[in-house]
Amino acid sequence: MPIPVKSLKAQQHQFANPAFQLEVLQHAGTEEGDFPLFGAKLQQHQLYPLRPTGTTILQVNVGKMCNQTCRHCHVDAGPDRKEIMTRDTMQLCLDALAKSPQLTTVDLTGGAPEMNPDFRWFVEQLSAMGRQVIVRCNLTIILANPKYHDLPEFFKAHQVQVVSSLPYFSASRTDAQRGDGVFEKSIKALQMLNQVGYGQEGSGLELNLVYNPSGAFLPAGQKSLEGEFKRRLKSGYDIEFNNLFCITNLPISRYLDYLVESGNYSSYMEKLVTAFNPVAAVNVMCRNTISVGWDGALYDCDFNQMLELKVQPGTPQHIRDFDLDQLDRRQIVLDQHCYGCTAGAGSSCGGSTT
Amino acid sequence: MENTYYNPADLKKFGNISELQPEMGRKFFDYYGEVFKEGALTEREKALIALAVSHAVQCPYCIDAYTSDCLEKGADENQMMEAVHVAAAIKGGAALVHGVQMMNKIKDLTM
Repeated sequence: MPIPVKSLKAQQHQFANPAFQLEVLQHAGTEEGDFPLFGAKLQQHQLYPLRPTGTTILQVNVGKMCNQTCRHCHVDAGPDRKEIMTRDTMQLCLDALAKSPQLTTVDLTGGAPEMNPDFRWFVEQLSAMGRQVIVRCNLTIILANPKYHDLPEFFKAHQVQVVSSLPYFSASRTDAQRGDGVFEKSIKALQMLNQVGYGQEGSGLELNLVYNPSGAFLPAGQKSLEGEFKRRLKSGYDIEFNNLFCITNLPISRYLDYLVESGNYSSYMEKLVTAFNPVAAVNVMCRNTISVGWDGALYDCDFNQMLELKVQPGTPQHIRDFDLDQLDRRQIVLDQHCYGCTAGAGSSCGGSTT
Repeated sequence: MENTYYNPADLKKFGNISELQPEMGRKFFDYYGEVFKEGALTEREKALIALAVSHAVQCPYCIDAYTSDCLEKGADENQMMEAVHVAAAIKGGAALVHGVQMMNKIKDLTM
């Protein structure tokens, strides 16, 4: 199945519409009937209503623009997406952080966050505030244009933790998900990161890789796959990294489109529902993370953001009104896609949760 | 009764075999679960062995289940096809090695 070069939005595809996605998700089931509602499932395990356990991570989506159009992207990011966070909104994030010392980590995502013209300014401010900065770097951006070639040094200067997707240690599986030539460029970018010290023992520069299945199946056990990745990347390309995060693909946006188009939608949903793990449900990331959209709107996670499911009404809806005490008492907004975070070993932006 | 011998939906009902013999069913599935846990072999290696054996015993349920399982355990297409070739080589070799028995018999029977 070829990877489209345009976003679903640019194609005016029906799955670009969050309301349509939710409708599809809410009517999924087998011959025996619709899948149980996620909230009801949590209720069975005394976890409903789901509430934060104490928010420590501010995840900021600085825009949907990206140099890639990955087949599974839940953001529907791509070169044709123009939604970008302004410096003014970034300043509102900095103000919110200044009054919320509990938020020790800021996780920057996109699109390719580095394509935001104020990205470096934002990282410099965050670093000056002493917050741990995570950048979700797609690797190929480092090679996309000479102006990005020094990103490894920039990351190092601000002790940024780099988290990068590499769905497999072979070109075929990686390129099938992320686009032709992505594997080769990713390998080169990883070598550049290694050269400045990333992933090297004792450097303090953390380089973590993300594995998402390239297809309609669940991820492997994280520890076992991490060993295999380390062995293969070292022997094949002399690459070192710290941790592998195994992340389940959530059935939204382009991945939902892939599931439906490939005829795997019902069986994938059934897998997620059958593999519901109450321990993973206890540890879901929305209990310690708040997500900020490119326009400053607040969400329980990046997936809810893409489905335009804002935080519970009655709590601050925008970063300008940020109040962590109030947000920490909110009820987390749930829907059927949440089964993706509670299947098997659990899934979060930091990998497995059990 | 189905009008075909195999129905993909039956794979999910494998556990139902315990209904007619709960004790043996329980013992089998406990054992099955234990076998596939990580031990001296990784779960991925065990899934690849299972995939190869599935082809050797030509069980469509097992091929369905262990193709998915191999992918989920992080095996790639090359590893999986090599595993199938191992099964094919052993099945082919098992047929051919009996050629020695045939040759022995030929010797016995001919001048």
